[in-house]
Amino acid sequence: MPTRLAPVDVLVVGFGWTGAIVAQELSDAGLKVLALERGAWRDTPTHFAPTFDQDELRYYWRYELFERLAHETLTFRNDAAQTALPMRRLGSFLPGANVGGAGVHWNGQIWRFLESDFVARSHNLSRYGKVAIPDGMTIQDWGVSYRELEPHYDRFEYLCGASGKAGNLNGQIQAGGNPFEGPRSREYPNPPLQLTWPPTLFGEAASRLGYKPFPHPAANLSRAYVNPLGVQLGPCTYCGFCEKFGCGNYSKASAQTTILPVLMRKPNFTLKTECEVTKINRDSTGKRAVSVDYVDASGQIFEQPAELIVLCAYILHNVRLLLLSGIGRPYDPDTGEGLVGKNYAYQITSSINLFFDDKIMNPFIGAGAHGMICDEWNGDNFDHSRLGFIGGGYVGVVQTGARPIETHPTPEGTPSWGGTWKRAIAENYLKTMSVVTHGSVMSHRGNYLDLDPTYRDVYGRPLLRMTFDFTDNEHRMSDYITDRASEIARAMGPREIKINKRSGHYDIVPYQTTHNTGGAMMGADPKSSVVNRYLQAWDVPNLFIMGASAFPQNPGYNPTDTVAALAYWSLEAIRSQYLKSPGPLVLA
Amino acid sequence: MRPPPSSAIGALAAVTTLGAAIAAGGVCGQPSSGGAGATPAAQLSAAATSASEQGRYLAALGDCVACHTAKGGAPFAGGRPLQTPFGTILSANITPDHDTGIGSWTADQFYRALHRGIDDEGHHLYPAFPYNYYTRVDRADSDAIFAYLKTVPPVRNAPRRDQLPFPFNIRTVMILWNWLFLRPGEYRPNPAKPSAWNRGAYLVEGLGHCGACHTGTNLFGAPKTSAYLRGGKFGDWFAPDLTPNPRKGLGGWSRADLIRFLKTGGNVHAAASAEMGEVVDFSTSLAAPADLEAIAAYLADLPTSPPATGSAPPAGQLQAGEAIYADSCSACHRAGGEGVPGVFPPLKGDANLQQANPLTTLHFILTGVQSTPTAARPTGLSMPAYAWKLDNQQVAAVATYVRNAWGNRAPAVSDGQVASLRRRLVRPAGQLAAPERSGVLSGPTPTTLAPAYTDSRDNGTSDAGRAAGSGSAGGGGSGPSNGEAKSHETGDSQASGPG
Repeated sequence: MPTRLAPVDVLVVGFGWTGAIVAQELSDAGLKVLALERGAWRDTPTHFAPTFDQDELRYYWRYELFERLAHETLTFRNDAAQTALPMRRLGSFLPGANVGGAGVHWNGQIWRFLESDFVARSHNLSRYGKVAIPDGMTIQDWGVSYRELEPHYDRFEYLCGASGKAGNLNGQIQAGGNPFEGPRSREYPNPPLQLTWPPTLFGEAASRLGYKPFPHPAANLSRAYVNPLGVQLGPCTYCGFCEKFGCGNYSKASAQTTILPVLMRKPNFTLKTECEVTKINRDSTGKRAVSVDYVDASGQIFEQPAELIVLCAYILHNVRLLLLSGIGRPYDPDTGEGLVGKNYAYQITSSINLFFDDKIMNPFIGAGAHGMICDEWNGDNFDHSRLGFIGGGYVGVVQTGARPIETHPTPEGTPSWGGTWKRAIAENYLKTMSVVTHGSVMSHRGNYLDLDPTYRDVYGRPLLRMTFDFTDNEHRMSDYITDRASEIARAMGPREIKINKRSGHYDIVPYQTTHNTGGAMMGADPKSSVVNRYLQAWDVPNLFIMGASAFPQNPGYNPTDTVAALAYWSLEAIRSQYLKSPGPLVLA
Repeated sequence: MRPPPSSAIGALAAVTTLGAAIAAGGVCGQPSSGGAGATPAAQLSAAATSASEQGRYLAALGDCVACHTAKGGAPFAGGRPLQTPFGTILSANITPDHDTGIGSWTADQFYRALHRGIDDEGHHLYPAFPYNYYTRVDRADSDAIFAYLKTVPPVRNAPRRDQLPFPFNIRTVMILWNWLFLRPGEYRPNPAKPSAWNRGAYLVEGLGHCGACHTGTNLFGAPKTSAYLRGGKFGDWFAPDLTPNPRKGLGGWSRADLIRFLKTGGNVHAAASAEMGEVVDFSTSLAAPADLEAIAAYLADLPTSPPATGSAPPAGQLQAGEAIYADSCSACHRAGGEGVPGVFPPLKGDANLQQANPLTTLHFILTGVQSTPTAARPTGLSMPAYAWKLDNQQVAAVATYVRNAWGNRAPAVSDGQVASLRRRLVRPAGQLAAPERSGVLSGPTPTTLAPAYTDSRDNGTSDAGRAAGSGSAGGGGSGPSNGEAKSHETGDSQASGPG
């Protein structure tokens, strides 16, 4: 029998970005908040100190900051006809472990989605007609609009001290910014990062071709900053170790560098680490979550009651916890019925390597979101008529830092090993750069998450099973924007280029992005969504589910800004409405 | 059973920050002679409330809680180990517990302890309890502090106070010490100076006992009058010169800078950490603006210490130091030593760096340091440890370089100075490097009694840095793996603590 503990007002499951935001806001509201994190405590001076933080072998190749698959993994297959097998080594995506979650090792690419992204279904139908949405594509509108989220995007960007240049201030297009973005209420809190040569060259070439390049919005700090909570951040040193690394210079926004110094001082907040939630318990009506079960580091099992439970785990774990707890109806791809696990989506990326003879690029100088971008082919920024796909992505140079073990681009035709390979790397390393594309993935009835019938975790619970493949829509889109990227790449005047399109089936082995989405999607009504527009579970009103699990499909931008904006949006509703009158915030 | 005979123990030298330690005895609740003698009960109660509120403030200015609270222990319940050159002593319980605290003391006895270093039973206290400073505190303030201490929750705790080795364990030794060094008596205002100056002098010389750290001491651990507030060695730190010396004192700081530092724990020049961080957190951040103004006015009027002398460091050492600096330090402190004001302290012109004694600089480099988080500056920005990464010669070179670059000037550091400190800073085997943190970091609570160093000595793992540091101190291969903290608990919930 689990040991039953004293109840708390709010229980936060998982302590990454959204967990820290939720705990900060609801403890500010005077509630007694407890966060349960299955990983360990992590802080900047202890665990990400700059004396050892830039250790590529340890952090990337040995997965220091990522989930331990020996503890829990998932099974994977491309389609329902295959038998899913457990993933035994991380690859395509790298969910974070420990306090701060993946927000510790993100790049800091802090994007807003387009206004049309939030109404993907109705917008595409109205512009292109029924032909735009092929059979099997299950995209939906979000139930929340860009304009509703704008103040919450703004809030997160000021929390992070985002560096960038607005392209649209209250409807006025601004030179030097992204002219396609939705209206911002004010400028970024900090100016754009300084640019090295590769993004500068890209910007010049794109401008010559008539496009409107702009600096990548960055949660890497271009200057010292004190955020609205009073937490200090330092200027980025362009060391090139953001992606897959923590930041020891206090220059990349994370829970640790923006919220925890304030949150951890509060007497009404408690964090318990190495406590893994295994189940959400409901009362006899099934309409109310009463507690969670969790296992601590010693293997002891506890039951923690709470008035309000907020799931803030990584999307895959949010969905799995719902499935394991029997909350909501699991999605069945054969009938199309059920919602939990439906509309799992991802992103599709490609790249072009450029090789120069006469330009020393110093590619080791970088920052996670240091770059120049063209947004001409994202979302519905361009006419998709007769293109045979919807969606899009951004194109640009993002010089995150050419870390030496990871980065050894060689020209077409170079052997993949041996002396010639080594010489090619030595000759080209300083003179190469890449143009990348980062594209959307529309949801599809065959892509989903459910519980694996065979494989189980250390506690004997079924693993999550992922069934996913790219569809024709994604390949056509990605090929199209890769061609546009190649045109800009050629305009930069390299000796040669090498185009790396994403072809064939989705492959879970090579790293692509940690942008998994869906499975507990938000929407306007309980027939088509797991959570309402405030991320409140339709079936269990005192359960809220944060994170990208709420995305009905995955737009062509990095998700963190939207994940955080949705959290603040939800929290505003919790604070202004739910706490005064607990119950459904949207009547079904 | 009485408590151990001597409750207030100090050390023969100015040791940790400050402490007020007192012993037990006397009749509970007996009004003091100088206090409200035969006040009716109701009035006494009202008077006691206001006196205790005033006393709470004064106790904060005296920073009593810092020394009199053990890590993880109840406030004022004593038991914090204070390192002195003569041995370690545990601070006294000054909660109003009748048997083990000061519950049975009288206000007279309390005043005598403050003024003469003598406890309720007539035993001599050691000046780790800085009665040689508290003797300047006036009677009314003494009574107010006493009234306040009577209001804190009594805690039964009897730290083993007498652990000093022979001959320092003979308390009557202090009679001689007091005869030689103690000049008892309340502060007497200087009529030639403004009242703010006098208030500042009263606080700095008395309750604040700044000289306990910032004044050099003689062989007997007594402050050297001639070196008043010109910097002092204090454990493994060197507390800097507080006179208006432009190079190594406060001469480069405006009064507003100093007030900001004392109020918030940081300014554009520096961030408070380690022992001074505690002083800010427990004491000066709670001081009234007028009192901080007074302290600043008084310090600005101190006679300036003489300029440093000495020959220029060897060119080879400076060259090596410059290269190490570029590699290891310049990302935060910047190539020109200008730092990032308010975030990463500038080294150019930094006073702490240019003390004749490099102890604090070496300590920072070896163990790293975290600025003390305060309510005004909650971030706790930190510098990583280099003990595992740089050997003695390298630390000496880079320390010498930063002490002499960009117009700085201070004596060269020898490898031996680094080696000596390194030996003293080796962490005992099996001891966790990680400061144990808690959610309640604000205000005078024991949870802020965290070590100044950062856990980067362990390279972010239980022992990864140790291999790299073998032969140097962070490593030295000392001990088995330090298990990582198993649970991070905050707030009041202890329910699951797997420990």
